[in-house]
Amino acid sequence: MLKIENLHVSIKGKEILKGVNLEINEGEVHAIMGPNGTGKSTLASVIAGKEIFDVTEGRILYNGKNLLEMSIEDRAREGIFIGFQYPVEIPGVSIANFMRTALDEIRRYRGEEPLTELEFRKMMKEKAKVVELTEKLSTRSVNEGFSGGEKKRNEIFQMAMLEPKLAILDETDSGLDIDALRIVANGVTKLKSPTNSTVVITHYQRLLDYIVPDVVHVLFDGKIVKSGSKELALELEKRGYEWIKQEYESANAQ
Amino acid sequence: MRNKMTSTTTTAIHDECLSDLGRWHVQTEPAPYRPVEEYFHCKVKDIDTQMCIFLNGWYVHDGQPLTTTPEGIIVGSLAEARKRFPEKVLPYLNEPARDRDDEFAALNRERFNDGLFIYLPDNVTAAKPIQLISLTDAEEELMINNRNLIVLGKNAELSFVQCDDSIQFKKSFINNVTLVRLAEDARLSYYKMENKNAESLLFNQVDVEQKGHSQFFSHTMTFNAGYLRNRINVYHTEPFASATFYGLYLVDRKQHVDHEIFIDHQVPDCDSHLLYKGIVDDEAQANFLGHVVVRPDAQRTVAAQTNRNITLTDNAHVTSRPFLEIYADDVKCNHGSTVGQLDDEAMFYLRTRGICERNARMLLMFAFANEIANYIKIDSLKERYMEMIRKRLNGELTICDQCVLHCPHLL
Repeated sequence: MLKIENLHVSIKGKEILKGVNLEINEGEVHAIMGPNGTGKSTLASVIAGKEIFDVTEGRILYNGKNLLEMSIEDRAREGIFIGFQYPVEIPGVSIANFMRTALDEIRRYRGEEPLTELEFRKMMKEKAKVVELTEKLSTRSVNEGFSGGEKKRNEIFQMAMLEPKLAILDETDSGLDIDALRIVANGVTKLKSPTNSTVVITHYQRLLDYIVPDVVHVLFDGKIVKSGSKELALELEKRGYEWIKQEYESANAQ
Repeated sequence: MRNKMTSTTTTAIHDECLSDLGRWHVQTEPAPYRPVEEYFHCKVKDIDTQMCIFLNGWYVHDGQPLTTTPEGIIVGSLAEARKRFPEKVLPYLNEPARDRDDEFAALNRERFNDGLFIYLPDNVTAAKPIQLISLTDAEEELMINNRNLIVLGKNAELSFVQCDDSIQFKKSFINNVTLVRLAEDARLSYYKMENKNAESLLFNQVDVEQKGHSQFFSHTMTFNAGYLRNRINVYHTEPFASATFYGLYLVDRKQHVDHEIFIDHQVPDCDSHLLYKGIVDDEAQANFLGHVVVRPDAQRTVAAQTNRNITLTDNAHVTSRPFLEIYADDVKCNHGSTVGQLDDEAMFYLRTRGICERNARMLLMFAFANEIANYIKIDSLKERYMEMIRKRLNGELTICDQCVLHCPHLL
């Protein structure tokens, strides 16, 4: 589904990703872990299409297409969803209007008829339940005045509405208390199907108790330096990242 | 006296209006009456207003230039009211000019023929909003000087809607002055909607004098005009008067809009609140000048003014000058202004959900503008305004489109 090959990315001349290789197949759940400042969020942003980053080398294939040549909106229409670490507040744009516009455009792109008003409202209602949000949500402005937990729930709600093939959740667990974490994680789990894939970016293992990954990767110094099963996450939780760093440095020294 | 902050382009336009008054055609008497239904039909469902139509500067009526209700409300032609109720009209028309009055105010004072007169006695609430629709339709390049007078008695209450609209594309110079006099506890909501053709030169001056505990609520929407100047001068002459101002201007092409709001807090315990927002596209120009004076006696004044602008092109031009002049020491006053582009982060966020750039811009602009529409207290009017904002931002609304409430199609 997604194939990242030797991806090098820099911002203002500073190289952040230094040759990332990653392959995600249909139905898989991957976790990308690693200490702060190693390029995890950059990777998500580049996949989303954020324009301030320069891809200097490598490529990203999404279902065989060159992702980096696609517009931001076409990536979404092709089924990619990014759950942001810091969702933007947009005063005056209601969630209902936002989702209506997004769904209409995505459906048009796919050659599908737009939903009727009734179908849309029914869908909003159903999907809000996934993350235990109330219906009152729909008239509120996007993320305006939302608590940290509400913002993250709203991200997963949008994911539920847009039904992506590939969801990349960037630090969806940060800033959440244990109840909010459970709601968000259960939401993601409910949305899982054999045909869609999920990438969870986190630096804590606790989220992975709910969203169980098939593969765990460690991103360090702009590269994936280690990949393993879900037990790797537990080991990281126990031992921290220091040993990864040492392993990486000694490997480099050789 | 010409304001020294006036821009050079503004000055050039003013000169164009005044340098050769003889170039303008003046309709010296009303056109023969034709039933209103022949050129209007209502566009908004569920709005019920008392409609007053002015065509080329004259009150349109079928033999009844003034209507009076059993409660004593008088509405109609100022020219007629001057004859029939001189005691209610002349004291205001004979007031001396004020310091703020410039050559346009002087021209209006000297040349006006007619205008709308509204009188509410003490303790009377108008059952429905009164709506003034000013239309221009002529083969010649018209000059119109209308002088309107709105007098509210003690504890009287009125919603007033003023729509300035063109029917065709001829150039016109419209120079209106509206005098508003609010007695103790009177409450006026004043909605103004301006949608003129690109050739029009429109001057709207509103002078408001407020007695104790009176409330003035001003709401101005500017969709189209060639040149437009909105001047509002508010004088608080007794304590606990309150004034609120909301404004929205959406200008593009080579349009030019000047908003000048002057608030004179002369006495203690009054307040004023202002929020004006604008979206300026293409080569359009918008100037905002908000001037609050707090006189030495005006202790405990609360005054706030904010002006926010979005420019969509490099050639769009905005000047924003919120300006406080304070001579009292126990006051709460603040002002702020911003000029910027659409939020890049918000644009990106919307696009990552599959929304194209154009629609993302539209959503953000609509949200920005819609805040002002939300302050409208008449629901049917609010809905219609929101629809107009949407159409305007989509580029669907032109001067050929209807005025906000009624659809003028001269047959």
